[in-house]
Amino acid sequence: MAVSAPETNRVDLGGVSVEVTERGRGRPVLFLHPGHPAGRVDPNARVLELLAENARVIAPTHPGFGMDQAPRHLTTVDDLAYLYLDLMEAMALRDCAVVGVSLGGWIAAEIAVKTTERISRLVLANSVGIKPGDRETRDIADIFAMTDKQLGEIAYADPAKMMPNTKTLPESDLVMMARSREATGRYAWTPFMHNPKLKQRLNRIRIPTLVLWGEADRIAKPDYGQALAAAIPGARFNTITGAGHFPHLEQPEAFARSVSAFLQETGR
Amino acid sequence: MRVFQFTEQPYPDAWNDHNGSLRVNLPNRKLDPKHAADLFERYYDEWQLADELGLDIMLNEHHATATCMSAAVVVGMSVLARITKRARLLVLGYPIANRPDPLRAAEELAMIDVISRGRLEMGFVRGVPQEVPIANMNPVFQSDRFWEAHDFIMKALTSHDEPFNWESENFNYRHVNVWPRCYQQPHPPVWSTTGSTQTAIKLGGYGYVMATLGTGYDTRRLYDAYRKGYTQKFGTAAPADRFGYLGFVAIGHTEAEARRRGELIATYPRSSAIVFAPFRNPPGYLSMEDNVRMLKGEGKPRSYTKDGRVIEMAKGSVQDLIDAGVLFCGTPDQVYDQIKDFVGHCGGMGNLLMMGHAGPMSHEDTVENLTIFAKEVYPRLKELRQPDPIAIAAE
Repeated sequence: MAVSAPETNRVDLGGVSVEVTERGRGRPVLFLHPGHPAGRVDPNARVLELLAENARVIAPTHPGFGMDQAPRHLTTVDDLAYLYLDLMEAMALRDCAVVGVSLGGWIAAEIAVKTTERISRLVLANSVGIKPGDRETRDIADIFAMTDKQLGEIAYADPAKMMPNTKTLPESDLVMMARSREATGRYAWTPFMHNPKLKQRLNRIRIPTLVLWGEADRIAKPDYGQALAAAIPGARFNTITGAGHFPHLEQPEAFARSVSAFLQETGR
Repeated sequence: MRVFQFTEQPYPDAWNDHNGSLRVNLPNRKLDPKHAADLFERYYDEWQLADELGLDIMLNEHHATATCMSAAVVVGMSVLARITKRARLLVLGYPIANRPDPLRAAEELAMIDVISRGRLEMGFVRGVPQEVPIANMNPVFQSDRFWEAHDFIMKALTSHDEPFNWESENFNYRHVNVWPRCYQQPHPPVWSTTGSTQTAIKLGGYGYVMATLGTGYDTRRLYDAYRKGYTQKFGTAAPADRFGYLGFVAIGHTEAEARRRGELIATYPRSSAIVFAPFRNPPGYLSMEDNVRMLKGEGKPRSYTKDGRVIEMAKGSVQDLIDAGVLFCGTPDQVYDQIKDFVGHCGGMGNLLMMGHAGPMSHEDTVENLTIFAKEVYPRLKELRQPDPIAIAAE
């Protein structure tokens, strides 16, 4: 079945204008994109097309990413969680599956610990947001303390295939990359990539949850994912081979298959 | 013109074994504390000499670096407040956006002002990007935090009737009451630095002293931006004493001697930029345009010579640095002429922040450098007639 073309519109949420890409029909899937170095929504991304075969995919661009300026008052992942609670309310979504990758997974978890009123399933893929180790363990690689090349090498299973050549990319893509790096710093500089309160709060999540992990991830390694899954009652943990920190980009078919299978198996 | 003696208080002995980065990630094992104590001892001796020679003094701070052992500028200033007699003591600067506690900064500055009997000049700076990984305060909001810390410190230093309240996203205090209060009333002179015309306009609106570093024959653009802001606010032309310029100085009785010292001073720009690249680009610090340029693999900060030639400070020869107005180097007559010419380019510049020591320059060379300058150049600079501010503003 052919999937409809993506549509991108703006939604006003209490004075914050958010760019939202939609694709497909069916029950809603809120897809929350990661941060640097993959911090954007590509409306034509293969993963959105695949997810849209069975669902209405709703993919907002976090303020500060893409080409939008973030309003000054949006400074934390917590702010983004409230923003997307507003988005779900404004779009009157019910029985929504929230799927987040990396920074997007952190936002998804912060939403779910607040309320699951509009959410029935949660997928956290290579998600950051907690600090499982002790104070002297760096659980998440310091992505701001490495070159782009070094970052690519720990982010992807196949860096040579996935890393763009920034010297030949169009200017608009370079601006988007630079903005993605800045916006990631905005929301996640310190405490670095986590909220110290989140881990304890994860036990409030009582909806079926899948923690999905690109097994070649060296930004947050698979044992980080296992610690995350262990903190959420009843959460499953699955890995994707041939993918690193951004499995939705590196293995979109396997990613979409895992998500769809999870949604089906849990009766959605 | 006033002249402030400045050195970064370097630890040059670690400069030859650094694996590409002298800052942030160079292990402190490479510093021998006994040798560091010897270096501090002579640096403080040299400041006492500067005081005796009639020069003023400037101190700064950097963190986790072999280029500058002054990790807390107020510590050095506290020492100088007691061991110097007459020099003005310029903190340039205090990186207030990198501190979680600006009340502590206000208290430190007020104490130094009192102990020195009103000799403090306080410069607030945003700080170079490589300070961010150490301070770990969010760089995206650094500029906002800088101005709020500034507002807070100025209010803390000038409020004398009752404790006040300050509760914001950045800083939370409920009883602000600085004891002792400043010796200089209403407050010590305020300085700042910038490389951006936007900020220069803003600083002009405050009437603070604005200093630049390494801007060479591109300085006028920033000064004119300041002049615009100053005139808008005060309705009159900004006098030359509102401008400071950090220039390297290498002087000798002969040109050959001066050039030899010039090579020693040039170790500063050549070492200063040695830092693992990502530490120089924390998110939100550089503009989007700069970031895009870097992604394309282009360019580094540059200086310009009088005839528009581009100089890379980290690689330029002594002659390049002289041509760019970054280094004033030669016999006393030559140095005077170079500075005079530069003041003309600036349309007036009343404060030379003189880097009269850098890198491995010996104590003997430093003493000579300062002494020749103070005796044979400084008297002439004091007499140097600055361009007429009103005529400059009208240009």
